[in-house]
Amino acid sequence: MTRRITVRVNGVVETADVDPRRSLLAFLREDLDLTGAKEGCNEGECGACVVLVDGKPINSCLMLAVEADGREITTIEGLARDGALHPLQRAFLRHQALQCGFCTPGMILTAAGLLAENPDPTEDEVRRALSGNLCRCTGYRQILDAVLEAAAEMRGAVGKEVVR
Amino acid sequence: MSDRTPRWVGTDVPRVDGLEKVTGAARYTADLKFPRMLHAAVVRSPHPHALVRDVRLEAAARVPGVRAVAAGRDFPFHVGIYLKDQTVFATDRVRYVGDPVAAVAAETPEAAREAAARVEVEYEPLRPVFDVADGLAPDAPLVHPDLGRYECVPWITPQAGTNICNHLKVRKGDYEAALRRCAHVIEHSFSVPQVQHVPLEPHVSVARMDGAGKLEVWTSAQSPFTVRHLLCACFRLPHGDVRVVVPHVGGGFGGKAGINLEPIAAALAMKARGRWVRVMVDRSEEFYAVVVRQGLEATLVTGVDRDGKVLAQKLRYLWNCGGYGGYGVNVVRAAGYTCGGAYEFPNVWGDSIGVYTNRPVGSAYRGFGMQEIHWALEQQMTMVARELGFDPVEFRLRNCLGPGKSTVTGQVLDEHAGRVDLCIRKVAEALRWGDGRREPYRGRGLACAVKAPAMPNDAASSVVLKFCEDGMLEVLLSGIDYGQGLKTVAAQFAAEALDLPFDQVRVRGLPDTDLSPYDWQTVASRQTWATGNAVLRAAESCKRQLLAMAAQAFDAPASRLQLAGGRVLDPETGRSLPLARLAMGYQFDDGHTVGGPVAAAASFVPEGLIFLDPETSQSPKPVAKWTFGCQGVELQVDPETGRFTVERIVGCYDVGKVVHPGLIRGQTYGGMVQGLGTAVMEELLLDRATGRIRNASLTDYKIPTTEDVPQRLEAHFVETPQADGPLGARGIGEHTMIPTPAAIADALYDACGVRITTLPITAEKVLAALRAKAEGGPAR
Ligand code: FES
Ligand code: FES
Repeated sequence: MTRRITVRVNGVVETADVDPRRSLLAFLREDLDLTGAKEGCNEGECGACVVLVDGKPINSCLMLAVEADGREITTIEGLARDGALHPLQRAFLRHQALQCGFCTPGMILTAAGLLAENPDPTEDEVRRALSGNLCRCTGYRQILDAVLEAAAEMRGAVGKEVVR
Repeated sequence: MSDRTPRWVGTDVPRVDGLEKVTGAARYTADLKFPRMLHAAVVRSPHPHALVRDVRLEAAARVPGVRAVAAGRDFPFHVGIYLKDQTVFATDRVRYVGDPVAAVAAETPEAAREAAARVEVEYEPLRPVFDVADGLAPDAPLVHPDLGRYECVPWITPQAGTNICNHLKVRKGDYEAALRRCAHVIEHSFSVPQVQHVPLEPHVSVARMDGAGKLEVWTSAQSPFTVRHLLCACFRLPHGDVRVVVPHVGGGFGGKAGINLEPIAAALAMKARGRWVRVMVDRSEEFYAVVVRQGLEATLVTGVDRDGKVLAQKLRYLWNCGGYGGYGVNVVRAAGYTCGGAYEFPNVWGDSIGVYTNRPVGSAYRGFGMQEIHWALEQQMTMVARELGFDPVEFRLRNCLGPGKSTVTGQVLDEHAGRVDLCIRKVAEALRWGDGRREPYRGRGLACAVKAPAMPNDAASSVVLKFCEDGMLEVLLSGIDYGQGLKTVAAQFAAEALDLPFDQVRVRGLPDTDLSPYDWQTVASRQTWATGNAVLRAAESCKRQLLAMAAQAFDAPASRLQLAGGRVLDPETGRSLPLARLAMGYQFDDGHTVGGPVAAAASFVPEGLIFLDPETSQSPKPVAKWTFGCQGVELQVDPETGRFTVERIVGCYDVGKVVHPGLIRGQTYGGMVQGLGTAVMEELLLDRATGRIRNASLTDYKIPTTEDVPQRLEAHFVETPQADGPLGARGIGEHTMIPTPAAIADALYDACGVRITTLPITAEKVLAALRAKAEGGPAR
């Protein structure tokens, strides 16, 4: 038994027949081959699978594909527009805010969701927003710096003293 | 290489794998699609210790969609990187909860799970051994009754008829005589529980054996060549018939060194010829079924003279190795020959003993035993200093290693060895040590670290450099860049040696045993140093080829020519050629061609390493290099709850040469926070009734999040060049998490007068100790 869903993924409309028990994460990774979202735990505890659903960061391992019907989804593959990296992607590169890279897509998308809501977060607000995204490699310091700097850039505040 | 100031080494070049990682383009093993791939499920022992009486696979094989079932009897060969004590599946006995007994491969994960549930195993439970003391008891049940029959490398010493899988003895000077001369003798004990690596990417392996009998394995691993070597031993296959490929790896920390799921995937692939089989653990299995870090029980006795010089030091390290020796036996060995840490002890009696138990299998984990022994030794040094009224920094400086001093194995360090004293001074200065400042429940502490690469004496790395038609350079290597930045660093060394624009170098990923040059393993903080050296050597060879061709082109002596910014230049005439004109050979105007495609292979093997004496472990050069460092901590305690906040961690390491400032900061911060996790929150909890791990999930086993990161993380470096290091560099990846717990424990003591000697340092322990102290109990 499958159900037909229509979702807009990274700007492209996709229609598919999916098992009603299939997670959004499995749908994206296996059916659409969008493997930027990672499976770190499959139980909502690591944030590696975060994608934006209607602009909000969601653990896609906890959402069913059928629940995404009619919604707009952005994965890490769709964050760069017209070949230009998102300011968060650029800031992650500048700050060495990634090592193995497995947490990176989820981190960047969670941060993107935060900045869409709160363009001028304090460091504590960034810490809180990213607290569901585990990273075992970086110690988070350069990630926090990257997010704060990207926020400043997106507000047009670059050039001022914005990093700790 | 010329003497000019480095252009690329020492600078923040962009990391070469950055773009693919921020765009989601980087593919990890589980991201790859294999046609008609089968899914596996592993049948694991529910008992910590039991005899396996019978394994019946018939019902499992009848489940629709099942394509292969495999169990112990089909794969009888023992494997192990150093001590061959393990089979692919348990044959006669299981040794921990999670020990693989059988596996199935089916068309869907659901069918595989259903079939696994139908494998019938008859067990006869045996008395388990959980702790080192139980394991060493004279009447202890033997975890490996066949220990005396296993094959083993000569430098690991399992003791048949016991649970001891390795014992390293360090005997230096005359400990007993020296102890009698000491004014003070102080003894303390410490312990460390088993913990988990928790890489964000769980273990996963995919294998296929094709119709011609060639086995191909794609896996999340740190050591493709060692995986191949061990698979060949495991299945009695020639190396040429096994290919191992490693895509991007989502963290390893030692847990993906050696073989893990690969033999299970291969066994199923051999049963389902022609089909790809994927074995993947879920997050819960990741916690107990693959590998963990060993537990440690340590007892230290320190004899000190009136001036605060340690004359006699006894160290007894008992390792809880779990069900199999794996990498753990070499952790035991490394802890033995490094038992004295960053100090010079003239008289030493050291024992490092690995004990089999019926717990999850201990293995390599960032630091390779060093964080555990430093938890004991560094606290011991501070406790001795404080108990005798010496300043802990002064006491360390009086006793620490340095040029001209001798290690516990009798190796006399030379001037290239790195300077722990400078690191201690830097950290003390950053902490404003000794300024007399005291605030309620606020404390400062520090601890040192040292580590050498723990590897066979002949551990090798090799690389291939080859030019493209457009003059771009490709670097092929088989070290794994799982985030530490190996590819970027290799590109830096290549661009440096050939004076190329940085973006004219491409480092090829996908280490592949069929296609890329040999590398022993990506462990031991050895890659920047070993692969870095190989890159420099290969670059020298490419340079010679380029200059020889240009010499003909210019009709000038090669000795006069230089590489400069992607061209060959004759400084005398000002003539120059872009490398694109030379990369495939140089063609003269009349059409005749000299030289040919420029390429070179080169390797690096450490020189002059001498085996340890089997009785005393004395050796003038047991290891290739040492990296020293020190970390300091500031924290604030809440006396009402016992909770404390680590506000600052400051580290200083003598890395020989900072190759990439941003990457080395990343390594340092990452290690500090991983160290913080093991210091304050991480512990695998065993249910003693069942032998199961009680907290095998990210809900119950916490690792640090953004909210746990100290306000201030600081990294400082000393650069005493390593004699055999590429541009003087030495390893640093693991060292960054070694001293953190001991520094935190000491800052806690400084803040509130309680001393915690068992990891992790939880708020409950601190609160209980504060209450005991208030009631006049022992505060130490
Ligand atoms: S995979 Fe979804 S939160 Fe871990
Ligand atoms: S970079 Fe490896 S988990 Fe974050």
